[in-house]
Amino acid sequence: MKSLSEFHEHIKVAIPALRRYARALTRDADTADDIVQDTLVRALRSEHLFHGGDTRAWLYTILTNLNRNRLRTLSRRPVLAPIKDSDAATGAPESGGRDITRALDEIAEDQRSALLLVVLEGLTYREVAEVQGIPIGTVMSRLARARSQIKAYLDGERPTLRRVK
Amino acid sequence: MIDRDHIVSEDELNAYVDGELPADRRMIVEAWLTTHPDDADRIAAWRKQAELIRAHYGAVADEMPPQRFNVGRLTRRRYSTMAAAVAAIVAAFVVGGALGWTARGVEAARPSDLTRFTAGALDAYRLYVVEVRHPVEVPGDQRPHLDAWLSKRVGSPLRAPELDKVGLKLVGGRLLPGPTGATAFFMYETTAGERFTLYCGRTSDRDTALRYTTGEQNAAYYWVDGDLAYVLSGPAERDKLRAIAQAAYDQMDRRMPPQGG
Repeated sequence: MKSLSEFHEHIKVAIPALRRYARALTRDADTADDIVQDTLVRALRSEHLFHGGDTRAWLYTILTNLNRNRLRTLSRRPVLAPIKDSDAATGAPESGGRDITRALDEIAEDQRSALLLVVLEGLTYREVAEVQGIPIGTVMSRLARARSQIKAYLDGERPTLRRVK
Repeated sequence: MIDRDHIVSEDELNAYVDGELPADRRMIVEAWLTTHPDDADRIAAWRKQAELIRAHYGAVADEMPPQRFNVGRLTRRRYSTMAAAVAAIVAAFVVGGALGWTARGVEAARPSDLTRFTAGALDAYRLYVVEVRHPVEVPGDQRPHLDAWLSKRVGSPLRAPELDKVGLKLVGGRLLPGPTGATAFFMYETTAGERFTLYCGRTSDRDTALRYTTGEQNAAYYWVDGDLAYVLSGPAERDKLRAIAQAAYDQMDRRMPPQGG
């Protein structure tokens, strides 16, 4: 039986990773933090529903679902194109950073979520299957589609480098 | 003469990149890649994508979370009156502004301990794992001396975990410079000669979750126990690495009494 304070502690240590995942999932800092806050409020409100298991995976599940709901709501409204921060403001030295965020924009939400949970958050395929409520085979096909679309996007965007052997 | 079982699918290539393949299939994929350069190129591109994503978003986890994420505050929300809400907003601006301003340069510039330790550990792994004659400074049969020496230099009590149960024998250890100063480095070996290393130094990181990172040929698990960060590095074989990391972690938990009150 988990004590309440232990439960709160688990939630607290997960916050930095949840913010990272949300930022990459939404590519917008304010939207990301709003979703993280909703996730925390929901988790704390429904802690009686949580019977052990992995708190972290459970929080990722809530966040993933909230973002999906948000996108559904958005799709019924007129489209507002977000103005993205310039890469200089994020302090990322990686010049390819801008490309990868645009590439992430290009792919479907469920594929993006699966890819980020694996490469950014380090979840196993089994954990992603639980978070997304799908079989492992579907996780794998989402990853494969995400990767091939990002590759196609990045290859099309840049001049292809000549291979020197 | 291609066996049907030896045809590698798209899903398997993905599972290979993510360290999700069992050893036998991993070897088949590796053999496949030597004769299928297009697939090898694709795998390199997928790894590059993952690196770009981590480079772009990894540092978000190092930022100070906003005050509104305080778990205690979120659970007490019902009590807030209008006046309290106004006071909180003012306080958040003042405190948040001041903290945000001073933390700004530092937090934005410095990569996380997860990133720094994992990079250091994988570098050390690649450097020493191929070393035949001098892989370690102190051999594994001098375990008490090794533990005492490295504890003293790192500045926190640590021990080389016993990993015989997961098939690993301690080769020995050495002292290395690391992201936060003196860092202990232990090397283990299977009877088949496969090597794994454990890299350990002081951290202020409090995120204790096991974190997996995969590189070109190798992979690493990072975790934090007390004031020490650990990185287990080895061949990119996720389940096996995880089992070893778990075995090492379990021992530390049991053997290290909490320091102080």
